[in-house]
Amino acid sequence: MSWAFSNLSELGHLTGQNAYLALVPVLIGLAVSLPLGVLSVRYGWLYPPMLGVISILYALPALALFVALIAYTGLTDTTVMIPLAIYSLASIFPSVVDGLRAVPDPVRQAATAMGFGTWRRLITVELPIAIPVVIAGLRIAVVSSISLVSVGGLIGIGGLGYLFIDGEQRDFSTEIVVGIVLIVLLSLVSDVILVFIRRLLTPWQRATGAAELRQFRRRSASFGHAGGM
Amino acid sequence: MSFFNFAWQWLTVSGHWSGSNGVPARFIETIEYTALAMVIAAVISLPLGVIIGHTNKGGQILISLANIWRSLPTLGLLVLAFILSGGASWAWLIPLVALALPPIMVTTYEGVLGVDAGLKDAAAGMGMTSRQVLLQVEVPVALPLILLGLRTASIQVVATASIAAYISLGGFGRYIIDGLATNNYGLVAGGAACIVVLALIVQFAYTGLARLIVPAGLRQQTRQS
Repeated sequence: MSWAFSNLSELGHLTGQNAYLALVPVLIGLAVSLPLGVLSVRYGWLYPPMLGVISILYALPALALFVALIAYTGLTDTTVMIPLAIYSLASIFPSVVDGLRAVPDPVRQAATAMGFGTWRRLITVELPIAIPVVIAGLRIAVVSSISLVSVGGLIGIGGLGYLFIDGEQRDFSTEIVVGIVLIVLLSLVSDVILVFIRRLLTPWQRATGAAELRQFRRRSASFGHAGGM
Repeated sequence: MSFFNFAWQWLTVSGHWSGSNGVPARFIETIEYTALAMVIAAVISLPLGVIIGHTNKGGQILISLANIWRSLPTLGLLVLAFILSGGASWAWLIPLVALALPPIMVTTYEGVLGVDAGLKDAAAGMGMTSRQVLLQVEVPVALPLILLGLRTASIQVVATASIAAYISLGGFGRYIIDGLATNNYGLVAGGAACIVVLALIVQFAYTGLARLIVPAGLRQQTRQS
């Protein structure tokens, strides 16, 4: 414990780096998943091939991808972020599609009857209704991403993963335990924030049950710790 | 020169395909590690998932625990197990088993829980005991999801077995770790390519397995969902 206290500033720096390396790719994954998801719902035949490609990409080991990318992007943050963004697609993209598909037809028809055009209906009606399911996908992506960043430690860009490499070399288990605890804490905090955002964005959800959420969870239950290492 | 050129050049040297550091030997090692970790993880998590799904007790706790469990960094667990065990040769098993537990347990639970109540009632009405309903109806119906969980876990374990080379384990990870240590990018690229191919083989193997063992009546349904 005293080791952790005497290294607070370094731990803070590593935690911040870990959060940055993990969360930016998830945001990119979300930005890519939204248009792809909207397209897949509008043109249903697009969904199976897209999902197929994404699940193959998801099977690529993180360490292998990091190493492959060194040839193109060098030893930079980008090298770690690109694979993480790809992995986050695997849980966010299906959640966008499931969320949009869960919009009840009568709601869609009512919006059309009120004179909403396609875009206005999408942005003001369909996407807000999809929020809980999309956030369920985001939660999986964020937790996986935070813990996967540490593998980057093997190529020197790993946020808290640095503590694992350093701790192993110095045969110092405290440092490793602190790293694991900080990663779990960072995941928990991010998860709580996402749940809070969901509550804020979907005030109508508090009363009604989360039936569609449970449906999505069942389908996405397998996407977890993305891509292995 | 691109990654693919490096990988291709390394893979096409015939000397890299024989001996204890050759591709076939490393392939078998990787499969052995994966299989052992998967068997242990399955023995722990399949019964738990089935029981919790069947009794529908403690499901929420299981889901929350699995989510926290997923945030455990594998590399951290690996080096910690290695140091605490005093460099034991089995230290790699702990992170790999830990990695495989949540996907198997959660999908098994969700699969068994999601079995149509009408089906269970019909089976009970036909005179099946609770045990028969579980083994002959619920588990077969949940099989597509259970296989999905096993597939996800296997792919993650195959991929992750590579970082176990960091604590002097064999397998394809050996190429990556050794290549990084000696600045031999060809070796690294060759190893990465081997792992990617193996992960794809595992994915296709499970698709084939699902065709073989999922009851015919369920396949159509699975495709639709």
